[in-house]
Formats: sequence, structure tokens, C-alpha cells
Amino acid sequence: MADTTHPEGGHGEQKSRRDFLYLTTAAVGAVGVAAFIWPFIDYMNPAADVLALASIQVDLSAVEAGQAITVMWRGKPVFVRHRTPGEIEAARAVDVDTLKDPQPDSARVQEGHDQWLVVVGICTHLGCVPLGQKPADPRGDYGGWFCPCHGSHYDTSGRARLGPAPTNLPVPEYSFMSDTRITIG
Amino acid sequence: MAQGLAESHYSNPTIRWIDSRLPIFTMMHKEYGEYPAPKNFNYFWNFGALAMVVLLVMIVTGIFLAMHYTAHVDHAFNSVEAIMRDVNYGWLMRYIHMNGASMFFIVIYIHVFRGLYYGSYKQPRELLWMLGVVILLLMIMTAFLGYVLPWGQMSFWAATVITNLFSAIPLVGESIVTWLWGGFSVDNPTLNRFFALHYLLPFVIVGVVFLHVAALHITGSNNPLGIEPKSKRDTLPFHPYYTIKDMFGLGVFLIFWAMFVFFAPNYLGHPDNYIPADPLVTPPHIVPEWYFLPFYAILRAVPDKLFGVILLFGAIVVLFFLPWLDTSKVRSTRFRPVYKWFFWLFVVDCVVLGYCGAMPAEGIWLVLSQLGTIYYFGFFLVIMPLVGKFERPRPLPASISEPVLPQSGGGPLPAGATAKPMEKA
Repeated sequence: MADTTHPEGGHGEQKSRRDFLYLTTAAVGAVGVAAFIWPFIDYMNPAADVLALASIQVDLSAVEAGQAITVMWRGKPVFVRHRTPGEIEAARAVDVDTLKDPQPDSARVQEGHDQWLVVVGICTHLGCVPLGQKPADPRGDYGGWFCPCHGSHYDTSGRARLGPAPTNLPVPEYSFMSDTRITIG
Repeated sequence: MAQGLAESHYSNPTIRWIDSRLPIFTMMHKEYGEYPAPKNFNYFWNFGALAMVVLLVMIVTGIFLAMHYTAHVDHAFNSVEAIMRDVNYGWLMRYIHMNGASMFFIVIYIHVFRGLYYGSYKQPRELLWMLGVVILLLMIMTAFLGYVLPWGQMSFWAATVITNLFSAIPLVGESIVTWLWGGFSVDNPTLNRFFALHYLLPFVIVGVVFLHVAALHITGSNNPLGIEPKSKRDTLPFHPYYTIKDMFGLGVFLIFWAMFVFFAPNYLGHPDNYIPADPLVTPPHIVPEWYFLPFYAILRAVPDKLFGVILLFGAIVVLFFLPWLDTSKVRSTRFRPVYKWFFWLFVVDCVVLGYCGAMPAEGIWLVLSQLGTIYYFGFFLVIMPLVGKFERPRPLPASISEPVLPQSGGGPLPAGATAKPMEKA
């Protein structure tokens, strides 16, 4: 250790001392710049008033079997469909391994509430809103949803079956407050 | 060297490739690396660089504030409050910006008085000075426009009063005011255009600052002695000598600024501006922000509407003529034994005017404002031309080095310095 702190020539010591000062100055400067930049980055994150609207409650009591409603959540449409027993059966009969985004229907609904399917209504291809919510809408080859933009078909579990959509319609985080009331987000 | 390429002394191939096509590295090295600056700068020469930093911080925080601000009479006040309460670090952004306006004026006023004291406006730096006055005018406009945006009571009534100044113009005054407002009172069209212009003008300032710096680098900087550098011994390369001095000054200045932002964010503001704008009620005591108070005192000192407005604008416009109003050949006030007293009296006068501007326009304050106004214009229009003619200045040193470096054989000089006699231009 003595060799490194007291080298032979005074010049070498000067140099390492200066290097040390440069490095510590640069390090303090880097920390300062980062500390100054962070508020600017965080400023662009969702504000408190936006986060306050991040969860909503939905009353399902008026939705009859076979009907669907669309609710707005975080600026996006959320599809809530009251599935008929036939639709549930169709969703469960599929061989999961043949799907492009394999997921069993049971993983996409909540236990004991099999009739309720809640998905974010945005096509996973390029962000259009698929058709299939209104009774007159085309529902595609698999009875779920059909995206008119580029022809993706979703089944009665909201899974991508045909067309360019790479993944299933995502299921948002939600929970049942009662049998007819859910909180999304 | 291929045909049509600039010469570059950089060895790094990438830098050299760029530099020989767009000599930006060579230019930066010339203007901020080896740029020869007089070696006797004091800390008053920090304020140009400080102003540059404040301008950039104002632009950056302003752009971020604009991301959450809504320029509409129904939403402006609430959007500012949302920035304060809901947006992440919105309070910080707004307090930096709000106090930044005050910091900008502190820095610029010191910068202007520096120029005034050391005669930086004199030949050959007249245009440099006039560009600076243009920047000051743009700053005043920008600060006023920005003050209107939160749409509080002071915003609204500041907009009303200042735009009404133009109604003093004979014949077309009323039409001009209607045109400025885009309606028959300060309302949504006014707020919208004020926002648009408040966003625009800082970039215009950046443009004029560029010209200001370009002009500075032609004539070179003035210095506390007010004499031109005569040889290389009188100057230092800008880097590292003045980059480090500017950095140190910046550190001290940022602490001062942060003190306001974190510990007294509303000290320089007015509480009435936290009341939403109400076109039906004028606050009992309206005053401008502190940096406009001297001008406000001048406006109120005159009992005539048109003449008051003329003096208000005249107080800035007179600065354009400074290079020709000052008849003294000596730049630095250090060597002007008579003018020195008038200069410091002028500084006191500006402070007194500022104080009067904050007080009600009656009794002693009105009398003081009037005396202050007379001295303000008397200083520029009478004292400056006359003192320069009659004053006998103290002898100037032969060079910047002469007063500090001992003459040959005088004292310990670095090796080599004594080897050759001092160059005389």
C-alpha cells in the first residue's frame, strides 16, 4: 500500500490525485444531473388526477345473458360480456394447444363467475376496437369479436383465433364486489 | 485536404469528418476554448453566462409546464392548480419557472448595471449593447405575457392595465386595444394569444442572444479597467480559466435560486394571484411584479395619461441611445471621479423608484416618484453628456497587466516572463 500512496516520483502522485479529483467531480456531477432530470421524466407520468380515475366500478345487474356492455376504463374500452352456456361451452371445447396464444378459458374468467368475460376491447394487432358488442355486429368465425381493420377473429373467450392479431384480448385486473358488481383496476 | 472542405485540426476521424464539413468543433474551440478573454474579469462578468443558463432552464421548465397547462379562461387557473397538486413534481416545475422569472431579472439587471458602470456600451460595442436592450425588451414582454397565464386576479388585472396603456395613443388607441384583446375586454382570445406569444418569444430571445454573443466575440469582452487588451499577456484562454469561474458563480447562483424555490417559493409573488380571475372585481391594491416596479413608479409619477405612457416606454428606449449620450472617452467608472457619484445616485434612484412603485401613489410616495423620474431621465439626457465633457478622468494604466505585474526586476515572476520585455501594441 505504501508503494501506491507514496510513489517514487512526485509527478506520479500528482497525476493520480488529479485523476481522483476528476473522477469524483464527474461522479458528483452525474448524480446531480440525474437528480435534476428525474423530476422532468416523472412529470410526464400519469398525474394524481389521472391515477384517481384508474379504477372504476361496474354494475352488471342489467346485463342479460347473451348481451354485452362496453365501459370506459383508463381511456380504453372494456368489453363485459354475459356469456350464454353455449358460448362458455364453445370456449371450453377448444384444444388449448392449437391456439396461437394458448390459454384455457378458465384462466380468463374468475372462478364461480364463468358467465362473465371481461377483456380490454383493443385489438392486439394495431389497436382498433373490434366489433361484436352490439347484437347486429359481426362476431367473426368464432362467435366472439371481429376486428374490421385487418380482419382478426376472436372467440367467446376473447382469444385470437384467426388473422394478424398475435395475442388474446388482455384481461384487466378486476374483482367481484358482489355477484352483480365488479371493480376494474 | 479535399476541395471544398474546411481545415480541421482534430485527429479523431469521426470528429474530423464532421468538422471538415461543418466546422462546429473548430468554432466551439475558437469561441469557447481559446477565445482570449481579458485576464482581469471580476465576478460581475459571470452574469452573461448565468443569464444564458436561466434562459435555458426557463425554456425547459416552460415546455414541461405547457404539457399540463390549458390556455382557456375556464380551465387555465385550475390547470395550474392541478400542476401544483396532481402532476408529479409539478410544484417544482412551476416554482422553478415562477422564481426563474425573478432570477432572470436579477441577473439581467446586474448584467446591465455592470455594463453601465464599466462603460461596456461604448465604441466599438454599441451594437452589442443595443442587442442587449432588445433582449431586455423581449424579456419584459415575455414576463408580462407569462404572468397572465395562471389567470388569477393579478394576472387578469395586469393584462387589463398593461394593454390599456395603449389606449393612451391618440386617435387609434382604442382600436389598438381592441385588436390586442381580440374582443371588447380581456377574455379567452386574449389568453390564447398571450400563451402563443409567451411560448414564441423565448425562442426569439435565443436568436437575439446568439447575435449578442456573435457581436461580443467580434469586439471582445470589456473588462473592469475598460482598456483594450494590448498583448497576449493581458488575456487568458476562455477555457479553462473562465469556464471554471463561470461554473463556480453558477453554483453559488443556483443555491440562491434553490433557496427561493424550496424555502420561499411565493415570497416574490402576490397572494392575490391565487384568487381566480374575476372581471367584475378589481383587487384593492394592484402592483406589478418587483422587477417592473421602477417603471410602474415612473408611469404613476406623471399626472397625464399619454405622457406617463411615453415616459414608461422612454425609460427603456433611452438605453438604446446610451452609446451616444455618454460623451466620455473613458469606459470604466473607476477612472471617472465625478461620474462615479452620479452613477451610484442613479442606482439608489432605481431602488427608490422601485420602492415607490410598491407603495400607493399618494403623498410622499408620489413626490418621491416624481423626483426619481426626473433624476432617471436627467441622468441619461443631461448628466451623461455634460459630465463626459467637463470631467477630468484619472490616468488609465498602460495595459491590463501593468497595475498587477511588477515592472522588470520588480519581483518574483514565473520563469520566462522576465526574459522578454512586455510587448506594447
